Amino acid sequence: MTKLKINGKLIDIDVEHSTPLLWVLREQLGLTGTKYSCGIGVCGSCTVHINGEAVRSCTVPVSSLSASQDIVTIEGLSANNNHPLQRAWKQLDVPQCGYCQPGMIMSAAALLKNNPNPSDADIDANVTNICRCGTFNRVRRGIHLAADINKQGINKRGKSQ
Amino acid sequence: MKRDNIKVSRREFLITAGTLGTGFSLGLYLPLTGCSLPSDNSSSARLSGQNFLTQNFSGQSNATSPEVNAWVVIEPDDTVIIRIARSEMGQGTLTGLAQLVAEELECDWSKVTTEYPTPGENLARDKVWRSFSTGGSQGIRGSHDYVRKGGAVARHMLMQAAAEKWGVPMAECSVANSVITHLPGGRTGGRTTTYGQVAALAAEMFPPEHIELKNPKDWKLIGKSVKRLDTDDKLNGKQVFGADLQLPGMLNAAIKACPVFGGKLKSFDDVKVSKMPGVRKVVAVEDNAVAVVADTWWQAKTALDALPITWDEGPNASMSSASIDQMLDEGLTSSDNVFVGNQKGDVNKALKAAVKTLEATYRYPYQNHATMEPMNATARWTKDKCEVWCPTQNAEAALKATAEAAGLSVKQCDVYKIHLGGGFGRRGAFHDFVTQAVAIAKQLPDTPIKLLWSREEDMAHGHYHPITKCKLVGGFDDKGNLSGLHVRISGQSILASVNPQWMAKNGADMFTFQGFHAEGDHAISYSVPNLRVDHAMRNPPVPPGFWRGVNINQNAIYMECFIDELAYAAAKDPLEFRRQLMRNHPKSLAVLNAVADKADWGKAAKKGVHRGLSVINTFGSYVAACAEVSVDSKGKLKIHRIVAATDPGYAVNPQQIEAQVEGSFVFGLSALLYGECTIKEGAVEQSNFHNYPSMLMEEMPRVDVIVMPSGGFWGGIGEPTIAVAAPAVLNAIFAATGKRIRQFPLKDIDLRAG
Repeated sequence: MTKLKINGKLIDIDVEHSTPLLWVLREQLGLTGTKYSCGIGVCGSCTVHINGEAVRSCTVPVSSLSASQDIVTIEGLSANNNHPLQRAWKQLDVPQCGYCQPGMIMSAAALLKNNPNPSDADIDANVTNICRCGTFNRVRRGIHLAADINKQGINKRGKSQ
Repeated sequence: MKRDNIKVSRREFLITAGTLGTGFSLGLYLPLTGCSLPSDNSSSARLSGQNFLTQNFSGQSNATSPEVNAWVVIEPDDTVIIRIARSEMGQGTLTGLAQLVAEELECDWSKVTTEYPTPGENLARDKVWRSFSTGGSQGIRGSHDYVRKGGAVARHMLMQAAAEKWGVPMAECSVANSVITHLPGGRTGGRTTTYGQVAALAAEMFPPEHIELKNPKDWKLIGKSVKRLDTDDKLNGKQVFGADLQLPGMLNAAIKACPVFGGKLKSFDDVKVSKMPGVRKVVAVEDNAVAVVADTWWQAKTALDALPITWDEGPNASMSSASIDQMLDEGLTSSDNVFVGNQKGDVNKALKAAVKTLEATYRYPYQNHATMEPMNATARWTKDKCEVWCPTQNAEAALKATAEAAGLSVKQCDVYKIHLGGGFGRRGAFHDFVTQAVAIAKQLPDTPIKLLWSREEDMAHGHYHPITKCKLVGGFDDKGNLSGLHVRISGQSILASVNPQWMAKNGADMFTFQGFHAEGDHAISYSVPNLRVDHAMRNPPVPPGFWRGVNINQNAIYMECFIDELAYAAAKDPLEFRRQLMRNHPKSLAVLNAVADKADWGKAAKKGVHRGLSVINTFGSYVAACAEVSVDSKGKLKIHRIVAATDPGYAVNPQQIEAQVEGSFVFGLSALLYGECTIKEGAVEQSNFHNYPSMLMEEMPRVDVIVMPSGGFWGGIGEPTIAVAAPAVLNAIFAATGKRIRQFPLKDIDLRAG
């Protein structure tokens, strides 16, 4: 039995130790927003946050994890689909088929957390997810827009204080 | 006007045919998503059903009210449910088709939702929703007429219902945004009602025999860049794809088919894996595959990887890329099994008389669709019923595959469609994954089985973009005009393998000549006085398929790069050279001029940046691109910007057209940069995205999209632009380096100048 902290809640997982985190999320917890596509850590569809860092969950065996780590999935990114990236994505109609988008958003969210105002080069270096529909240019615009939404939020809070 | 006898018969019809609201007989359970993990934090969260909520599935009817007609259901709260027969796989068809219906329906767009009818219901209702096939960029252009009529008829019936309720002539009523107003003789004020309030009565009205569609100049919603209807759930993980489906009591299957094409399953040693965690059963599937069924897919895959399997590799075990190339090389000059696609004048005579000729041979490789969501299907079989849930571009074809595999009639089967995690042609003509899922489910009766292919299986068992080579010979007369052009395509026919019934009587595959036709949706954009385009059909035993764009992808490279070669050979500017040959092709010329203007063709680009052009008429649309690239001293290519123009006739949702155009460059340039499946010992060598890469963000150029609908026709959107991506970049690479690249992908090619 492994104890994990996922989206802020402690959960006991009873599963073979070599099972990748991806399949624990999808098949033990029903958190299917995290997608399987390559299974070898190349495409990024399975990206989640572990302690705020973007991690490709298909290559992380559950035995390497502990309850001291904060694991956040796309389902836990925001309460009401209102993370600045989700708002920006909605405003720009970013997704096409949508299969890669949870991973794309989670990669971008980790980037914004560490770098609130990323340059295009920062985006290129950090968002290396594959999207076969080809949403890259809207993803890029979406990340910049989310950074702006964040800044406006901070300004507004600054004024009201 | 309503009549009692009609009213009765219509009610009966609704009772017998209106099964949409209850058609989901198994009931569907979706995984609990959102952050609402099990409330008991310490409880073990094994997959046992306790974490599942009963919800309506996005692909199934939410309707509680009787339909107004097949296309429209309106609820008492004015919610408008529009039925969509074609599949949504990212291309935005769902939203575009809803716009077409809503335009004529005159409903409140903010209240519009959609649902998929099932192919079983379509058959039961005499194909009221017509084609479910979603390919060939046909989603909108193939159904714009009858879906708009569906909306218009529903509007008529709703207004008729309001008029009857009020006891007034319908001609005194008007409608806007789902609100019907009775306003006779110039009076102000007037009473109103809403669609929701009269929908039940409207459902009993007899549909008009004739209905006029709006004049395009009166469109309010068609042509508007409204937001997609399917975005919200794609942002938070709620969108359920086929790979995500969970049903009560469901088991999971992982499969491996003989990696050698045409090979068979000889034997497997299930004793070695039967005690592994979660394993329920190891089964042979058809005559060429084996599947492990387990509690979870990860357990199934782990056991499958450990399963000793012996294959009978069959007659193709020695096939290689080199042996395939030999077949194609022979076809470049052969007269055996050659079909003519377009012929004008006497090309042999013209080339003989030419004062100057130019020859070049190109090669385009096999490619995998590589949808992000691997192939999958969920099936539940009993001796008298079979149901399948799957992402499919053609639910009717999926139904046929289901019935055949189930050994049941189509009436005993149905298919529930789920949004696709990419299609690109892989999930339309082929339902091998459905056949397999049913074959497995048949061996575990009354148990839902979700079959999910691994990425490796998906790479090994595609229906690949066909391989061809092309030799082009052009000749100039003594005035320097292009007097003759011979295009010889040698290679694989898709139809011969997939749809032989679509081939011409003489055995030709006319799809092979996409972009070279004399006229129609895929016509050549140039007038050459003496022309011959022919195809030496050579069919290696690698299964080909329709791959987004189909044959236009390579044909556009052949034609547009060779036109560029001819321009340079004639010492003419590539734009001017094309213009001279396009006098009789004004729509193609217009998109070409649009990109040239926007890209400042003729003016110097930034230092080190070079431009290339391409233009094509395909899927009924006219598209052009101008690429700006640089190649550094180490041969590293950078694509800075692409200007792209599209004339699709009518543009239903311009911002979605922009999205498709941008995305088409990712698909087309991924193919150019990286796309190749090589064959060794009868099998595909590439296994996953590490050795079959796809373009990433850092390689993505800026794309300036020009949407220039000229009206009067309906062209496709999802595929045409892919065709201009590669040739525009290749022509720009030549401008930058002086190198003509005629084999692809570019990843293996030295691009250094000189």
